[in-house]
Amino acid sequence: MKALQKIQSRFVPLPMENIDTDQIIPARFLKATTRDGFGQNLFRDWRYEQDDTAKPKTDFVLNQAIYSGEILVAGKNFGCGSSREHAAWAILDYGFYAVVSSFFADIFKNNALNNGVLPVTVSDAFLQKIFQQASTATLSIDVDKQTITIDATGEQESFELNPYKKTCLLNGYDDIDFLLSRKDTIEKFEKELI
Amino acid sequence: MGKTLFDKIWDQHVVEKIENGPSVLYIDKHFIHEVTSPQAFKGIEQRGLNLFRPKQTIATADHNVPTLNQHLPIKDELSKMQVDQLIDNCDKHGVELYGLGHPYQGIVHVIGPELGITQPGMTIVCGDSHTSTHGAFGAIAFGIGTSEVEMVFASQCVLQTKPKTMRINIEGELQPGVVSKDIILYIIAKISASGATGYFVEYAGSTIRSLSMEARMTICNMSIEMGARGGMIAPDEQTFAYMQGRAYAPKGTQWDNQLEVWKKLYSDNNAVFDKEINIDAWAIQPMITYGTNPGLGMAINANIPLSDTILDEGERKNLIKALQYMGLEEGKPLIGMPIQHVFIGSCTNSRIEDLRQVAALVKGKKKHDSVKVMIVPGSQQVAKQAHAEGLDHIFAEAGFQIRQAGCSACLGMNEDKIPAGTYCISTSNRNFEGRQGAGARTLLASPLTAAAAAITGVVTDIREMMNEKL
Ligand code: SF4
Repeated sequence: MKALQKIQSRFVPLPMENIDTDQIIPARFLKATTRDGFGQNLFRDWRYEQDDTAKPKTDFVLNQAIYSGEILVAGKNFGCGSSREHAAWAILDYGFYAVVSSFFADIFKNNALNNGVLPVTVSDAFLQKIFQQASTATLSIDVDKQTITIDATGEQESFELNPYKKTCLLNGYDDIDFLLSRKDTIEKFEKELI
Repeated sequence: MGKTLFDKIWDQHVVEKIENGPSVLYIDKHFIHEVTSPQAFKGIEQRGLNLFRPKQTIATADHNVPTLNQHLPIKDELSKMQVDQLIDNCDKHGVELYGLGHPYQGIVHVIGPELGITQPGMTIVCGDSHTSTHGAFGAIAFGIGTSEVEMVFASQCVLQTKPKTMRINIEGELQPGVVSKDIILYIIAKISASGATGYFVEYAGSTIRSLSMEARMTICNMSIEMGARGGMIAPDEQTFAYMQGRAYAPKGTQWDNQLEVWKKLYSDNNAVFDKEINIDAWAIQPMITYGTNPGLGMAINANIPLSDTILDEGERKNLIKALQYMGLEEGKPLIGMPIQHVFIGSCTNSRIEDLRQVAALVKGKKKHDSVKVMIVPGSQQVAKQAHAEGLDHIFAEAGFQIRQAGCSACLGMNEDKIPAGTYCISTSNRNFEGRQGAGARTLLASPLTAAAAAITGVVTDIREMMNEKL
């Protein structure tokens, strides 16, 4: 996992609620056995007419040149539904390092963090403010300070991040490294459990 | 203060609490399948590790398998590769696999309980959100992502933050024609698709106690559809009776000893939940969904809500967008609307009781000419039992297509897809855009409601059909 400290970037707005992981990456693209290449199928059915990559749907944000950046901003309850981690892989593979929303589904939040994608939970009001920004506006996210700023206006909110997860993100550690360091404790626990 | 059922099991499985962080939670049983495991196997191999406790992992192939001609090689090359890789990985790492052709093969959440692998008091995980199903036995069971599958491979533990607890009490008798699928669709419609996010739910009350194990599984299965981490029900005599004699269930004195332990698994009288919801069972009607998340559901004889009665702007937009996708109009009823497909299957409703209910309703009848009906047993054992009871004959005579065990049209990963623009009444758990195939329009309902529509060709109130019978 790559370390993540700060992001300053333009953003792609997706002001819809309850975006489920079946939309983020439809099941028919889950046949791969590696973690790479899912980005090209991110939001596949919203992106292309009849699944035809030669026919992008021009009204979808990922197909509009005015939007770009490393931050995806989406409506409430992002990532609900299936636990497929492929959703987080697709988002990362496409080039997003943070997703901003006013509410995240549990499993998605975990999956994102485990892959170095930062879920940033903001208030409803702040989310609406971001959506009102021009397509050229930028956002700054500071992982250590746990803040997100709309650069044009200086408006800022802080977001929650579990201190353990924060350390992992800032340093690019992952949970498996941690668990492996605990093997003795786990073995001792097993003996007592039985 | 007393302890909740959840707390009792959780506390027993915490290896270590990280300061200001999650807990290291020990996992008793780990189920894996072909779609969410290959990257995790690759991950531990890259780290030069073996599985830490291979005997506590059980594998099956279900999501991406064909449901016709399972004895032949898989035609789709990518699917074949994924299934072959599972066989290789299990072989290499010493994991028991109930793959294609094995008499125990089936949907992971159907086979776990049916084999007695799922037991009260356990912690159970699987790289699939409907792992919540196993909670019906009084276990802490939840879905995990592939990175977490890798964690369990490496250490038999996951890192988890303790969720809040919610109890949903359902009291009283159910109306005729109302089954457990209606109960859970009713609860989700009431509290919304995100209403239980951050919580682990315990279902309790006299209605729950009166339900069979299979009906309880249907309810726990869909906990995730309201955002919950998982759902659970305290074990009771019904649970123990279901389990006794199953392949993996303890035997002899071991059974007696376990029983003593399991009988202590309930929420204490004075246990406090972070949230409690009370539901009157008699108020529940047969349910159906009209939108593109499971929270957009209503009583089958109701009208689709008017968007201007919805105050929250986001929800209103959501409804409008959903109805557009579904090709439905606000304010209108669904009763009498023609449908083109019926899918009876999935880890929500593909067990033997579901099949029996459907068979009892369609016996001696024929499906409507304009409807295609697919019935997919949850496991080889369910299929075998259905055959033994002659249910397959009833289905064949009714013109239903009986397929072989797998997830099938629940997620449309194999060729079992619903064509774009057509309506499908489905006993599965998700009505998301494109879930059953690009452009497919899913109406979630109980097996009874699905069977009724198969016969009439239109959305039907099962109670009217039952009255006719009398
Ligand atoms: S039947 Fe559907 S919901 Fe259940 S495990 Fe399979 S794909 Fe998931």
